[in-house]
Amino acid sequence: MTDIAYMPGCTLKTSGRNFDETTRKFLELFGVKLNELPDWCCCGTTYSLASDNLMYHLAPARNLVKAAESGSSKLLVPCAMCYNTLRRAQDLILNDKEKRDKLNDFMDKEKTKISGDEVRVMHLVSFLKEDVGFDTIKAKITPPPAGLKAAVYYGCMLLRPNEIAIDKHPEDPSIMEKLLEACGIETVYFPFKTECCGSYQVVNEKRLVVSRTAEIVKSAFRNGAELIITSCPLCYFNLDAHQEELSRGVKYFNTVPVMYISQLLALLAGVVEGSNYSLHAVDPRPLLRKKGLLA
Amino acid sequence: MKINVSREILAGELRDKVKELSAQNLLACYQCGKCSAGCPSIEAMDIMPSQVLRLVQLGQVRQALASKTIWLCAACQTCKVRCPKGVDLAKIMEALRQVVLRESANYVQPNEIPGENLEKLPQVALIANFRKFTR
Amino acid sequence: MNIGIKKKPRLNRIGVFLCHCGINIASVIDLERVKAAISKYEGVAFARDYQYMCSEPGQELFKEACRSGSIDGIVVASCSPRLHETTFRRAAEEAGLNSYRVEIANIREQCSWVHHDDHEKATAKAIEILAGVIERARSDEALVAPSIPVTKKALVIGAGISGMQTALNIANSGYEVILLDRQSSIGGHMAQLSETFPTLDCSQCIMTPRMVEVGQNKKIKLMTYSEVEEVSGYVGNFKVKVRRKAAYVDWNKCTGCGICSEKCPTKVKSEFNQMLADRKAIYTPFPQAVPNKFVIDRESCIYFKRGKCQVCLKTCPLKAIDFEQKDRIEELEVGTIVAATGYDLYDKENLEEYRMGYCPDVIDSLTFERLLSASGPTGGKIRRPSDGKIPEEIVFIQCCGSRDPENHFAYCSKVCCMYTAKHAMLYKHRVPQGQPYIFYMDIRAGGKNYEEFVQRAVEEEEVVYLRGRVSKLYRDNGKIVVAGVDTLSMAKVEVRADMVVLAMAMRPAWGIEDIVKKLKIQVDANGFLAEAHPKLRPVETMTQGIFIVGCAQAPKDIPDTVAQAGAAASKVVELFSQERLSREPITSWSDEELCAGCGQCVEQCAYQAIEIDPKKKVARVNEILCQGCGACVVTCPSGAMNQKNFTVKQYYNMIEAMV
Repeated sequence: MTDIAYMPGCTLKTSGRNFDETTRKFLELFGVKLNELPDWCCCGTTYSLASDNLMYHLAPARNLVKAAESGSSKLLVPCAMCYNTLRRAQDLILNDKEKRDKLNDFMDKEKTKISGDEVRVMHLVSFLKEDVGFDTIKAKITPPPAGLKAAVYYGCMLLRPNEIAIDKHPEDPSIMEKLLEACGIETVYFPFKTECCGSYQVVNEKRLVVSRTAEIVKSAFRNGAELIITSCPLCYFNLDAHQEELSRGVKYFNTVPVMYISQLLALLAGVVEGSNYSLHAVDPRPLLRKKGLLA
Repeated sequence: MKINVSREILAGELRDKVKELSAQNLLACYQCGKCSAGCPSIEAMDIMPSQVLRLVQLGQVRQALASKTIWLCAACQTCKVRCPKGVDLAKIMEALRQVVLRESANYVQPNEIPGENLEKLPQVALIANFRKFTR
Repeated sequence: MNIGIKKKPRLNRIGVFLCHCGINIASVIDLERVKAAISKYEGVAFARDYQYMCSEPGQELFKEACRSGSIDGIVVASCSPRLHETTFRRAAEEAGLNSYRVEIANIREQCSWVHHDDHEKATAKAIEILAGVIERARSDEALVAPSIPVTKKALVIGAGISGMQTALNIANSGYEVILLDRQSSIGGHMAQLSETFPTLDCSQCIMTPRMVEVGQNKKIKLMTYSEVEEVSGYVGNFKVKVRRKAAYVDWNKCTGCGICSEKCPTKVKSEFNQMLADRKAIYTPFPQAVPNKFVIDRESCIYFKRGKCQVCLKTCPLKAIDFEQKDRIEELEVGTIVAATGYDLYDKENLEEYRMGYCPDVIDSLTFERLLSASGPTGGKIRRPSDGKIPEEIVFIQCCGSRDPENHFAYCSKVCCMYTAKHAMLYKHRVPQGQPYIFYMDIRAGGKNYEEFVQRAVEEEEVVYLRGRVSKLYRDNGKIVVAGVDTLSMAKVEVRADMVVLAMAMRPAWGIEDIVKKLKIQVDANGFLAEAHPKLRPVETMTQGIFIVGCAQAPKDIPDTVAQAGAAASKVVELFSQERLSREPITSWSDEELCAGCGQCVEQCAYQAIEIDPKKKVARVNEILCQGCGACVVTCPSGAMNQKNFTVKQYYNMIEAMV
């Protein structure tokens, strides 16, 4: 068993626990044991953009300290928001000596001082590509007998800014498509795959998010998607929770279920536990049964 | 619509503050509008993101701060990655929000959010929202 | 401290002329005192003053002194040498005194004009200046300007409009030109264009007569389907090895009848038609090709790939096909080289946000030219490459890759505003029910009739100009969604277009790095060929005898290209009109006994004028290329390098005399 340090993030422990559970179970099949960072805290999303806001960088910095102390060379992060915040904070610590020193000084109670190169912050998909290998995954899964068309929705946090992007072509990424295609899933052309869902505007400007959801889901449906795959609990919520409202209010709106990438991968690998389908607003079970992925 | 421009107005303290907080060269923007063209929230905004920067360039910072635009930004970074002049507009939007937040009150009052929303919304949405809209 | 000049007898009879320069010098400096002081100076034969030395009588005085034989060198104390040094030197030559034994002492700009408020000090300084210059003049050698013969033949690399025009101008001045192109036909990109702005003349119609003229001109030798292999030598005496590529067709026999092409079974995408149509493996790029000869594309030809077919061989009535043909190298001797290598468009694949899901209906501007062209793949009808439908909503996007310092290129490609207006207008003529939209940032229409042309597009042809860049393009249901903005109406604009044309940035033609290395010339920060001076020397390079012209130097339109071709040709003719090329003899030279062959001077020389002799391991300066800048003298660690009449010893003498 390889031990890898793991940062689930707050939401993956509550409304996003499907993501957490299925990620662990899927990786276990490849001999990877995910060890949650001891005493981890909120990653502090979203990454603070003001040039003088060092307090806001403390949250990701403390997690990086824990990661450095874990002894693991890699920190696996499935949540796109955590990934983005941790990576950007790490780059700041690595490149800005003045801020790095200030942060380390402030965290004087921590046992370790960090320089930003102790651990490689990796998104789940990058880990699956580089450390597990798509061919190895392909060998462990059974493609859905009736085929399945999925639209991969990347959102923002995995691709922007360019320094942290998980794909060499952040404007037209294909890493997740390649993974799914290796598993026998047909991925569809989906021009909205990198368009923002509205993110945290859902709290106080819901109509903006609802209108974005409409555009994104409609585009996926128009291009033949039966399922939308995502890797971010906020995107997942935004796209999933508002479809019911849309299907009532908007003519010809067709719902498309949304799932986390690890949920689908786990199912394909024959792991049935881990997903609590009651957490979905748009129930994917009818589709999954139709495709022979669920009994 | 009329604005006044003079050396004093251009050399204003607020403009310097925005420049400092964002660490961006405000003059690099040549108003091509590509940021506005790619902004996901633009349909709800009163003035376009590129216009916000134009106002700041001309020293009309108060007007920029009074817009709804800066609060509709989702920090998606699309503007930043596509800007042909390398201007990080996301940082400028953050600087403008910070000027307001540090001067006055929170934009979002956490205790005014209806209870049922608090239950339904994933934590990450609340955290991110409060990070951006409260001090 | 090494001085490096063999002890030579110094001049002892220097004639000194002090010019009053009207009141410019005389009102500040007490010339009587100066005369008295200098007359007593060692090595001075006499000191005389005069009102205006540069006037006719002044010149006569000067020449008299030269002719007299009683002096062996002259110092004229006057204004800056920039003004009259050449005048006096020429006069000396005419009167029998070596012109490099004439020196100017500047007592105006460097004395009377700047010290006009202190006559006492100014006079004292004038004496010091003169003392220094006299010391220097005493060690001046009687230099003779070197000269070399010039091969009166030019090589023009690239046969687009810039190369063709340059060649024609040189040829019509009476000199031979070799016009080289790597394609099998001359014409370049202009041959691909449909109509040209602002007149909307058909490009082929204005160019083909010129192409024919080039083909028939007795002084122009065409070498198409050829590439430069190696270049050596220097101005007036270049040796160029040219690779004549194997066409596998004997051009002496080929009449361009085209039967071979008709019968050839292999179809490949035509580069000339921007991959929208096919050509055969044996082909000419376009029907009006000059020379009208066929070539076999070895990579697509079935015979070369699998050893079968040979239909062309069997059907050619003149037995011109020759599969055994090989590349051959031809050696040329030319006096000048003109680089006219032209441009290519930046690849649209580089614009990732416009590439979302490959779409064949998003094309670049040259491809649109082929659609517009009456001899193009669609016979001049505007049809979408994907399904052949006529687009009724068409979007043109300017500044694609240009004016984008963050991701692509900072410069403006100059011609896109004009040709996009042209494209929109021509589209409207062909598709009257269609609506063209142009996304732009600024409109650059500075040439003659250019502004009026653009306004015509807006007002008469009803082209909708939207001011703003486009953030993204993507396919949706048979349309292309263009997500742009109009900053003038302060709104995001979305157009569901049938076709999108991208005005891609102009880049120097592919393979330019290779030419640059072979010619040993410079490129600028953007990869374009570097001119010697941005304002005053637009067609010259730092390497004498090599000139640049057209879009290879910077993006420009056809009128500017033709004008620049005239300029380059005139520089070539300037060189050729001299019997021999002579140079100022104030060149540097290396004392072989002191030179260690370290090579630092070679590295420092901006004009590649120094070489290390391989056998003796000493530096040798090419007197013709040396510009007398002195950088090598400064660099030389052993003091072996010196400059004629500017020797280190002379400088020390001057300093001693002044101090």
